[in-house]
Amino acid sequence: MTSIRRIMNAHAPATADRSQLRWSMQLAVPVASLVTFGTHLVIARKAPPLETHSYMLLFFEIIGVSIVLAIAQRFWPALRKWMRHMWPIFTAAILLLGVWDVITAGLHLLPLPYFPGPATVLRSLINDRAFLADSTWHSLVLLLSGYTLGVIVGLVSGVCIGWSSAMRYWGMPLLKVLGPIPATAWIPIAMVVSPSTIMSSAGLIALAVWFPVTMLTASGISNTRASYLDVARTLGAGRLYLIFRVAIPAAVPNIFIGLFMGLGASFLTLVVAESVGVKSGLGWYVSWAQGWAEYGKVFAALIIMAAFFSTVMTLLFKLRDRVLVWQKGIIKW
Amino acid sequence: MVTANIAAASAVRVHEICKSFPVPDAAGTSRLALGGTSFSIAAGELVSLIGPSGCGKSTLLRLIAGLDLPDSGDLLVGNEKIVGPSAERGLVFQDPNLFPWLTVRRNIEAGLVARGVLREKRNEVHGFMRLVGLEAFANAYPHHLSGGMAQRVALARALINHPKVLLLDEPLGALDAFTRMRMQDEVLRLWENRRTTMLLVTHDIDEAIYMSDRIMVMTPAPGRIDRDINIELSRPRDRTSDSFLRFRSGILEHLHFAGNATAANGT
Repeated sequence: MTSIRRIMNAHAPATADRSQLRWSMQLAVPVASLVTFGTHLVIARKAPPLETHSYMLLFFEIIGVSIVLAIAQRFWPALRKWMRHMWPIFTAAILLLGVWDVITAGLHLLPLPYFPGPATVLRSLINDRAFLADSTWHSLVLLLSGYTLGVIVGLVSGVCIGWSSAMRYWGMPLLKVLGPIPATAWIPIAMVVSPSTIMSSAGLIALAVWFPVTMLTASGISNTRASYLDVARTLGAGRLYLIFRVAIPAAVPNIFIGLFMGLGASFLTLVVAESVGVKSGLGWYVSWAQGWAEYGKVFAALIIMAAFFSTVMTLLFKLRDRVLVWQKGIIKW
Repeated sequence: MVTANIAAASAVRVHEICKSFPVPDAAGTSRLALGGTSFSIAAGELVSLIGPSGCGKSTLLRLIAGLDLPDSGDLLVGNEKIVGPSAERGLVFQDPNLFPWLTVRRNIEAGLVARGVLREKRNEVHGFMRLVGLEAFANAYPHHLSGGMAQRVALARALINHPKVLLLDEPLGALDAFTRMRMQDEVLRLWENRRTTMLLVTHDIDEAIYMSDRIMVMTPAPGRIDRDINIELSRPRDRTSDSFLRFRSGILEHLHFAGNATAANGT
């Protein structure tokens, strides 16, 4: 009977989409929350007193929201589609919290204080939120200023090297020799040269971004299909049109690869620069918390970093999807 | 008198053109692609260029477009020497080469943007989209178009500059047989309306006979015009008429592809 229904649904995707979410799916998130929190209570009873209040609130919120969504999805097909896609992942994530709890606070399989349980991390996250928010803001400002500078310089040098053979002759050796040096290797010199560590760190991030952006832009420009340029010339195009309206648009898919590589390099350089020089930001916060052996705070900062960096990455993917609507078959993030 | 001057200004004259290319594997040596080719095309004439692969047809077209320069000889449109590419000589390739990042409308506008006259001539764009029947696809990107549609956009893009000469390098070569015949009529209609001088490179003998006033047959190594055939048939032409088939077998015979090889060798 169910197999027949499945076949019919397969042939009528519209009705399949309108059908209700299975009960097991609707209940997965609340049940997983209860299981994880129950585990936590068992662990907390035999361990020294842990502050579980905020952890409990987190699960109450998750359960509450998931019940509200389970009701709302009956009237909102778009939400249902999203839930059908996301709920298995959420359920797994919540259960993973439970596993983490068991391994650390429960069975002490990992040495303390280096590996605190999720409740401790959550408490650090909440208690230190103002400081963390401030650190995130400083990281964001530093990242954006360095990244923007690196992208602008990288695009200009990439277009020059890609378009002009004279520029390529003189620029390419420089790029080949200096580019592969990791930007973080310049830290000892950068800290001496620049008046402020913020400036030198922004410069280092820019350097880390500049290399891949230049490289990919230059190769995109110089690989522009000759026939596009020929067509443009028979349409009366001058040099500016050829560069800005043919070669650069043709290189945009390549340029975005450079932007992604540069973004990854900029995260790395940001965190390293902050932990050795700059006196603010998430990288600095991590090494500061480590100095006080407050590993709950270290993990809290790592969680913020994960959210922060993946948000920035997602924004860049969204931008690419918008700019490259003309391209078919691009990979979604 | 005035019209005569304008018409003469779009005549093409090719005089004793030589062009050689370096041989990629052997440094210092070069291969003669065109060895003293000469011909002329009257203003408003539609001429086809046929011949085996590698006989220099495309080279000749690129030289007239101004994308390459000859080693020696003269190329003239009207009384002006060709020294580089210009919007006066439109070129359509076998691959439509539409800019994939531009919509159909913006592809057609490209020539106006390139010449910096988009503001004054924007009102012509719609007319050209209608001319090739693509108004409904104005905002589509090239990857949504079929081969025939893409080639129509390429034609409109070349025509929007009102070129004196339109150079067509196997423009219908990649299309299926039915689309191809429809497009032949379409190109003929454009030509009859506008009387642009056209030079068509093709592999398809039927296409050449069906469309052109005159067919030039090229032979390779080095490329030169071997025969010049006037197609004195009234339009629209019937692909199955006796006179059509007579032209066809005459050209095939000349190219040594006729059924009776000895007869072909004899001439």
